Parts: sequence; structure tokens; C-alpha cells
Amino acid sequence: MRTEWLARIIVIVLVAAAVTIPLGANWFRSHGVVMHARMAETGGWTPENLSVKVGQPLHLRLTSDDVMHSFAIGKSDNPPLDVIPGEMTDVTLTFDRPGKYTFYCTRWCSVNHWRMRGTIEVTGSETAVEPVHPPLYVTLGLDIDAEHHAEVIPGQFPSASRGVKLGVNLPVEYHSHDYYLSHSPVEVWKSLHGESSLSQLNDQDIWDLVALIWQTNTTPQGLKEGQKLYATNCAACHGETGTGDGVFANELDRPKSGEHTDMQTGAMTTRPIDFTDPNHVLAASPAHLQGKILRGGMGTGMPYWGPIFTEEQTWALVAYLWTFQFDTEEHP
Amino acid sequence: MNKLQEAPCLEGVSPDYNEIASSLRPPFGERINLFSFPWIRPLLQSRWPQFLIRALALAGFVFTIAAGLFGSRVGSHNFAIIIVWIAWWTALKLAFIPLGGRSWCSICPIPLPGEWLQQGGIFTKSRQRFGLNLRWPKRLKGSWLQSSGFLLIGLFSAITLTDARVTAWVLLGLFGLAIGLSLVFERRAFCSYLCPIGGFSGIYAKTAPVEVRVVDTAICAAHSEKTCYHNCPWGLYPVALRDSAQCGLCMECLRSCPRDNIAINLRLFGTDLLNNTGQVSKSSRLDEAFLALVMLGSALAFSAVFIGPWGSLKSAAYAIGSSTWLLYGMGFLTLNLLVMPGFFALAVWASQRWAGSKTQLRRAITGQSPVLLPLGLFAWIAFTISFAFPKMNYVLSVLSDPLGWGWNLLGTANTTWSPEVSGFSPMLQVTLLLIGLYWSTSVAHRLAKTGNQPNIQKTLPVMAFCMAFSLAMLWLLVG
Repeated sequence: MRTEWLARIIVIVLVAAAVTIPLGANWFRSHGVVMHARMAETGGWTPENLSVKVGQPLHLRLTSDDVMHSFAIGKSDNPPLDVIPGEMTDVTLTFDRPGKYTFYCTRWCSVNHWRMRGTIEVTGSETAVEPVHPPLYVTLGLDIDAEHHAEVIPGQFPSASRGVKLGVNLPVEYHSHDYYLSHSPVEVWKSLHGESSLSQLNDQDIWDLVALIWQTNTTPQGLKEGQKLYATNCAACHGETGTGDGVFANELDRPKSGEHTDMQTGAMTTRPIDFTDPNHVLAASPAHLQGKILRGGMGTGMPYWGPIFTEEQTWALVAYLWTFQFDTEEHP
Repeated sequence: MNKLQEAPCLEGVSPDYNEIASSLRPPFGERINLFSFPWIRPLLQSRWPQFLIRALALAGFVFTIAAGLFGSRVGSHNFAIIIVWIAWWTALKLAFIPLGGRSWCSICPIPLPGEWLQQGGIFTKSRQRFGLNLRWPKRLKGSWLQSSGFLLIGLFSAITLTDARVTAWVLLGLFGLAIGLSLVFERRAFCSYLCPIGGFSGIYAKTAPVEVRVVDTAICAAHSEKTCYHNCPWGLYPVALRDSAQCGLCMECLRSCPRDNIAINLRLFGTDLLNNTGQVSKSSRLDEAFLALVMLGSALAFSAVFIGPWGSLKSAAYAIGSSTWLLYGMGFLTLNLLVMPGFFALAVWASQRWAGSKTQLRRAITGQSPVLLPLGLFAWIAFTISFAFPKMNYVLSVLSDPLGWGWNLLGTANTTWSPEVSGFSPMLQVTLLLIGLYWSTSVAHRLAKTGNQPNIQKTLPVMAFCMAFSLAMLWLLVG
């Protein structure tokens, strides 16, 4: 009978240990927030919404349940962190200002990759919440969903260098940054075309002057920043060369023409815009592009980046988009 | 009819000890009784070594379920997926079954808790027992339910083999079923009639070089208490064992025999496939023939899904509940329920017609079924070779980080080394399939003997079936 009881105790102890070890370890780990990343189609981030007080460290343990993802926080300088399947990536975040922060995936994990977003609500500070200024496209009252088509397009790729060589002194209003932001290239071209002082220039010369105006409103650093943002966030759909042939383009456009409803999300999608198409792009102002980026394209599958990009980042990205229409590099 | 006569191995067999003794004579070669070795005997005689292994296995099993439920969802970083479907599944097919028959059953932890409740103790039976102790329904006897269970797992295999949560729930389901059946039915009803792995191990145990048999049937005939039968958790009477398909090698008969008349023998491979006259074993049954065909069909289906180059097939197998999965399921069931049995029946029918045999087709199919066993066993081994070794590093990794939580308990969490087999793996697979084909055709050849003269016509269609299956496996595994 003693051996029988010994056998029973052995079984009970071993089984109890087998259950206790993982559950106990799970309890210890629960002191940090374990965040699982999955493709948007199978759940996205879990948990999706977090809250923390200002100045209080938020310890996250990030892991992926399927493919490699990346964790980044919108409007933050922190570099993205790789979230690797089966591995834990630890990060501690501390927020010094209240607000609602969006975290998102920067890896092209699936066609709905951009939907991998969540929020961190930062509360509990006595610091006053900074007032939010409406973006320019709202201030200007632009209807960013309205059809826009360029009435005139250049015969060849407009070049800022050629514009410089023309040696023209443009009227002062054209040097205003606000003017640049609020006018489309076609509007500027038409305005320049009507200037009596420029009557000796042909149509292409005027397009080169438009390119020059666009160049003077950007900086090499801004373009570099814009290029980086574009490669990380936009090229998956719009393509590296801006022609709308990114790796997800076909997924968003089945059949090739017309609208398509995504099977997973039920959202309507269309083929991404071709930034090299002057008929479409030259009729849009920088403010118009800002609106598209911040709000997204309703019914097109274009994500909204308002919670992700800072104002500077948005304008840098807009500036980079124009490089698909204008040669703004300085040539000797 | 008494309980003894109802024992599974005795169905349709008259308890004629002379006939049994005659059939138990070794057809070729001699046996080596491991129980007679003085250094092995105490290990088998005592229940402790086996119990400790089972208790550890039970803890491992419970831990596997916990890891599956709470650990990483990434299959390659979860103990449940890697240990069950890479380590254990490989060990079962490469070592336990080919070398030890149902040796896994002897240390399987799944029936332990149920048996404890049913018997009222682990080592000793007590009065405080639980359960109804009913006899298993006669209509449900045989391996039909095991075949169904294997097909059910096959339908959901893609998700079961890759999703730790699903694996955990499957294991939990088997565990619950085993305990539940122990509380309703007598003995190991779950192991004998439901466990898909038991069915898989059982039919291929006939090819294995291990058996439990009586030494002298006359001693058994004179022994009225039949302690071996009464102590057998499987409800088997050792003197009536004609093959090793049902025996779970629990060794209780060895321990309870007062005359020291039970042996655990080492024997030649495939001894059970033929009896001492070179004819098909009388213990072959239609349900076992069907199970053997399901194993062949499943080997083909798994090779196509997991090894084959068809991404759409793989996607369909994963997309549980979708229309493509329904198509996959219909294809899988058609292959196993119609195509394989149909072609084998056709081959056997053609053999019978060609040889002018008057044997009933059902009986002929049963008679030819041993041919399927070496073929299936080696097909499964060849299939296993293709994924087991390249993924061996995962085993070391999950042992160090079983829950995929970033631990490194043994310092092997980041191991990337695996046996480099890509160079000779295809050659090995071809060799294994050829061995299986050769073995099966030689069994078919021996079965076709009429007296001392082989009846070649009777063999050719069945050999063609074996050849076609081997070619299909070759195409799927090595292209």
C-alpha cells in the first residue's frame, strides 16, 4: 500500500509541476504587457488599446504570432522595433505629454498591413493639452474627393535646372511658401502663362519655372526624409517608382479596372494612384496631397496617416511626391 | 459466451490450444526471450521503471497541453508543436513502431489517470473504484473507429500540425475521451478501439521484431485462474495472441503469470505477416485491411499537402471551413474511402480471376492485406525523413524555451544546427520506398504460394498496386 501511495504522490507532484510552471511563469510575465502581433486579417495587435499615465513607464513585451512585424509609434522619433515570430522584444515607453498615440506596423506584412494599428491613451497630467490647429487643406476648405484633371500638361519632364537657366525674375508672390502650398502646378502654370513679363517664354519654359518654384520650396534634407517615409509607408502600394505598381497593387485592384472589395475587411479598394501621371497629379496642390495623406482616400483603400506623421513629416512626404513630376535636382 | 471468449483477439477463434500451439510455432528463425536475461528481467518484472517513465510522460503531456494553450502561437517556438509533431511523431515512426511495435503504448500516459480511477489505484486495485465497467459494444469493435479518427485528424491536419492551440485542444480532447471511456467501459476501451495512434501503431506492430507470447501453451491450458487475462488492461488472453496488433506491451501478463510462462521475444521483422505455413495470418480482419489502406491514402495525402509543390493545395488544407477546404476534404475522403480501397479491391479481384480462385472477395482482400503493411510503414518513414531532420534544431530550441517566451534554460534556444541531410535525403527516401516495395511484394509472393509452388498470376495485380503506390510516393517525395 505504501508503494501505491508513493506512486500516487509522484503522479500528482509531477502533474502539478507540469501545470504550475507555465501558469506561474505566465503570471510573472503578466507584470509587463505582452503584446502579440498578427497580420491585420487575423487580428492585428493584441491588446489593441492601452492606457498609461504621463511619466509612468509602460513596459511592453512584443512578439509576433505569424510573420515579422515592426512596432513604431506615430509622431515619435523612436526608431521602429522588429517584432519577430516566437521572440520577445522588450521596450519601455515613457510619455511626457498627454494625448492619444497611435502605434503601428512598419513591415509590409500583408495587403491590410496598414490596418495593424492600436492606440496608447496617455492621461493624468496636469499639463494642458496643446491646442490642435486644423491642417491646411481644412483651412483652405479643399474638397479632396473632388475629381481633378490637369487641363494642361508639359511636353517633357519639367526641370528646375532649366528653369534657373532661363534667368527669369519671378514676381514676388510666387516665392511665397503659402502660395506654393495652396496652388496646384497647373494653377501656377496658368498664372505664369498669363504674366505679360513672361510672354516671350514657351509652354515648356513655364513648366520649368513651375519646377523651379517647387524646388525652392523644398530642401535636400526634407526630400531625403520624404523619400524614407515614402519607401517605408507608401511604396508597398504606390511602388518604388511611384507608378502605382507596389507589391500590394494587384491585391487592391481585382479586376484590373474598377473598384474592388477586400475579402477580409469588406472595404472598397482601387488601384493605387500613379504619381508619375501628370494628368492627375499636376491638378493637385500640396495642400490637396496633404489632405489625402492625413485623411486617406475614402473608398480607395488609401490609409489615413494623420495619427502617424508629424506635420513636418507630412510636408516632407508631399515634397518627395513631386519628384515624380519635376526634376528638382540641381544640375551643374 | 464468457468474457474470456469475448476478448478481442479471440473473436472468431475457437479456444483450441493445440491449434493455437501449432500457429505459434515460429515460421522462420527463433525467438530470443528478453525476459530470460537476468539484467532485463528485474526491469520488466518491477512496475516501477515503466511507471516512472509513464508518470514523467504524463507530466510532459500535461505540460505540452499547457504550452499549447498558453505558449507562443508561433509553431516553431512552441513546445506542443515541436515536441508532438516533430520529435514524438518522428520517434514513433522511426523507432518506437519499426523496432518496438506498440512499445509507445507501453509508456503512453494518456490512459493512466482513467485507469487509476477505473481500478481505484495505480499499482493495485482497490474497492474505491469509479465507473460503470461496461463491456465495449460488440458492433463498435475492431479498428473502424480508429480509422475514422485518423481520417478526422487528417482532414484538419494542416491546422493541427501547425497551430499550438489546436494541438493542445486535440490532446486535451483525447485525454478527456480516454478518462471518460475509462469511467464508462471496462479496461482500455479508448486504447483498443478509438485511439488513432493505437490503430496506427497496432497494424504496423505486426512488422516489428518484438512480441509478447506464452512459452508453453500446455501450461496455460492447465492454469485455471488465467491471471494473465484478468490482469491484462487490454483484455487480451496471451495464449490466444496470433499477432501483436492488439498487445500494448504493458507487461502485466509477465508480472502476473505464476508459472513464469510468458515471454517477451525478439523475433524477425514481419513475423506476424505470415503464419508458419507461409499463409496469411488468420487474425487478419477487414477492419485492419481498411485501416492499412487509410494509412496508405493518408501517407499520399500528407506528402502531397506538406511536401508537394502545390501551394493552392496547402492553402486549401489550411483554410478550414472554406469552400476550397471542403474540396480538399472531399478529395482526401475520396482518396481514402474510395480510391485506395477501390484499387486494392480491384487488384485482389483481378488476382483471383487470373488465378481462377473461388475465394470470396472480402476474404481475399483480408488475406492480401498484410502486403499493405511494409509498404505503408516504409512510406511513412520516408515521408518523415523529409521534414524531421531539417527541423531537428527546433527541438533543441523549444527544450530551452518551451513556451516561446524568450527563455534560454539550456542555452540552446537559438540553436540553428540541424543534421544536414539534404544531400542524401532523397536517396534515403528512395531506398526506404524500395525496401517497403520489396518487402511487400515478397509477402505477396509468399501469400500466393499454393503448396510449394508460387502462383505468380495471383501476385501480379497486387504487386502492380504496390508498385503504383510506391511510384506515387516517389513522385511526391523526391519529384
